[in-house]
Amino acid sequence: MRVELSSKRLRSDFVKKIAELSGQNLYLCYQCGKCSAGCPMGFAMDILPNQIMRLVQLGLEEDIANSKTVWLCASCLTCTVRCPRGVDLSRVMEALRLLTLRKNKNYVEPSKMPPETVADLPQIALVSGFRKLTS
Amino acid sequence: MDLAYYPGCTLKTRAKNFETSALAAMSALGINLVELPRWNCCGTVYSLAEDDLIHHVAAVRNLIRVKEQGKNKVVTLCAFCYNTLKRANLVMKDSPDKRYAINIFMDEEPDYYGEVETAHLLQVLRDDVGWEKIAGRVKHPLKDLKIVGYYGCTLLRPQSVAIDSVERPTILQDLLKALGGTAVDFPFATECCGAFQIVNNRDIITERTAAILGSAAKSGAEALAVSCPLCEYNLRQTQSSTKQPQSGVPVMPALYFTQLMALAFGLDLAVCGFEENSPETRAWLKNKGLIS
Ligand code: SF4
Ligand code: SF4
Repeated sequence: MRVELSSKRLRSDFVKKIAELSGQNLYLCYQCGKCSAGCPMGFAMDILPNQIMRLVQLGLEEDIANSKTVWLCASCLTCTVRCPRGVDLSRVMEALRLLTLRKNKNYVEPSKMPPETVADLPQIALVSGFRKLTS
Repeated sequence: MDLAYYPGCTLKTRAKNFETSALAAMSALGINLVELPRWNCCGTVYSLAEDDLIHHVAAVRNLIRVKEQGKNKVVTLCAFCYNTLKRANLVMKDSPDKRYAINIFMDEEPDYYGEVETAHLLQVLRDDVGWEKIAGRVKHPLKDLKIVGYYGCTLLRPQSVAIDSVERPTILQDLLKALGGTAVDFPFATECCGAFQIVNNRDIITERTAAILGSAAKSGAEALAVSCPLCEYNLRQTQSSTKQPQSGVPVMPALYFTQLMALAFGLDLAVCGFEENSPETRAWLKNKGLIS
């Protein structure tokens, strides 16, 4: 993964915000990649979970915003239980989603879902899906 | 013995067969699961943001309802409810600042300090009933049935709420053995099925379930025992939406562990609600001579 570093792109307020929302010490991550190795959604992600961690450390907010990764995370917590540094990456993913959702932007538009799908899905799918992917 | 029971929304609508089979199987073991007279949706997922206390309120209210019954333990069947209630309780127990804010916010409720333990039914079976007693109740051993225990996420993660070893759980296999079945180990037992991503991206879920079912088939299993209604839905729906047999995704029945208990105990088949399972599941049960 190539990233361009410059003081113009670095957003230190963004790093602070993610640290606060997630309650995680982001600089504990030493890029071992164990989170990505076990991530069940990794196959569909354009940026892998460990790369997200690196981008967060570097304050590269836009690179993360341009990626689908945080919206593919299923909050399965596999990364959480395996990180050798004790980073709860699922919380970092949640914090990143909330940066968008709290601006009143939906990732999934419930009104655009086919009515047959909505009628068929169990409540736990709908409620948890909307909790994670809508504002 | 009476135990306070929290059903949650999905067991009242899309997973009725989970509830009816569980109530009957437990009563055969001398345990009454007594539904809370008042309860609300737990919120389904635990909030992972530090400042998001409002989403713990729904779960905590349910725990207060349990306390009102004079009980200090509540049993769940749905793996999502289990996780959410249990984690919300840890907040109330271990984080004084958050507890204070939540108690102040719910000024119409009595203060709550995390006194109620949430237990999943599998824990009750292992720790309170015991495998031997369960084996003793079996009338029709599930012999010749090769089944994998599929755990998914929420019974095992995070570590603080895990009902068994996070990476190598055996509780479902132990139950299957007590029921006289052959418990097959498989490497995808604790892998995520994609969960709520089903609302957004069915193809991704199909890739996940294909991997899980493929691994189970390769390990020599014929069926999966599950405990999460969302896993059950994702496994069932993506199997039927997958174009068989071109995709190479094996068709494999998924049953709630409580349905297998009811079968092994020789209970009235009506409690199993097999009509809510997939047609393939019913065909397999028929083939095995378990239903007519
Ligand atoms: S497992 Fe932990 S330390 Fe390793 S890359 Fe992922 S977040 Fe960083
Ligand atoms: S919580 Fe998200 S990032 Fe972590 S392993 Fe699961 S899907 Fe991947």
